[in-house]
Amino acid sequence: MIKSIQELEEIRKKALEELEFRKQQGEGIRIVVGMATCGIAAGARPVMLKFVEEIQKRNLKNVTVVQTGCIGLCKYEPIVEVYEPNKEKVTYVKMTPEKVSKVVAEHIVNGKPVYEYTIGYEENKEANK
Amino acid sequence: MNELSLYILDLVQNSIEAGATFVKIEIVEDLENDIFLISIEDNGRGIPKELINEVTNPFYTTRKTRKVGLGLALASQLAKDCNGKLIIDSSENGTKVKIKLQHSHIDRPPIGNIVDTLLLLVCGTPDVDFVYVHRAGKKEFVFDTNKLKSVLGEGVPLNLPSVQEFIKEELSKGLSNLFGGANFND
Repeated sequence: MIKSIQELEEIRKKALEELEFRKQQGEGIRIVVGMATCGIAAGARPVMLKFVEEIQKRNLKNVTVVQTGCIGLCKYEPIVEVYEPNKEKVTYVKMTPEKVSKVVAEHIVNGKPVYEYTIGYEENKEANK
Repeated sequence: MNELSLYILDLVQNSIEAGATFVKIEIVEDLENDIFLISIEDNGRGIPKELINEVTNPFYTTRKTRKVGLGLALASQLAKDCNGKLIIDSSENGTKVKIKLQHSHIDRPPIGNIVDTLLLLVCGTPDVDFVYVHRAGKKEFVFDTNKLKSVLGEGVPLNLPSVQEFIKEELSKGLSNLFGGANFND
């Protein structure tokens, strides 16, 4: 299955450099995607992969994307939580791959959460219906 | 859920929740006997005997966040819809879930984007070892994270971007070969 051991060796070298960089940077941003039955059915998989892809594309070495189980708010799935060190958690709801691009550009890169995608905005909207 | 790959993603999450450190996913497409078989085997803590008949009930779940659990309930419905069956074999050494479907059944969902499913599982839970075996007719594709880990060495997790990219390519290529060049990456 492995095309060439040499190729993987090179990846290993690159990977070790990435690891070293992460260690030096200390705690980074953590993006958590809800991936229980409700999340999956609502489209969490393309959302999570879009995060991975954007982060790779922009070479953001200090950001990790992980998955979790049911967050407990199934009607708002796919749900994504962004944890930044020393900041309050931001919860994004009804995420789509298109929304991910904006969240990465504005929130992850520039530090400005996208309010219209947050749970607070969504709940306000519903309360005012 | 409209893809078998999403059912797989969902059921493997059960294995991870059950503390598995090893998960084997096997797909057998047996056209001669018109069978599409999905099998997920783990070394998690297993399902207690007294609950084994409960797990396909949507109103049974071990989760704390809400009162329904749909994973195995949906899988069981899928089997019923496609003239097949769901078989659960569990002990304290692990669980094996088999979904047997009629390959040609009109209601059988397509496998869908299995590359994305595997990529998420492998990279999203780098501490779990995965083996993926996909047989279609006489052809076979095997993906084993242990092989990757043995070359990458200790301390290099599989979720680093450069490693992820490599894994994605390996999976796409392998599956594409299995189906004579079909693209599995959309």
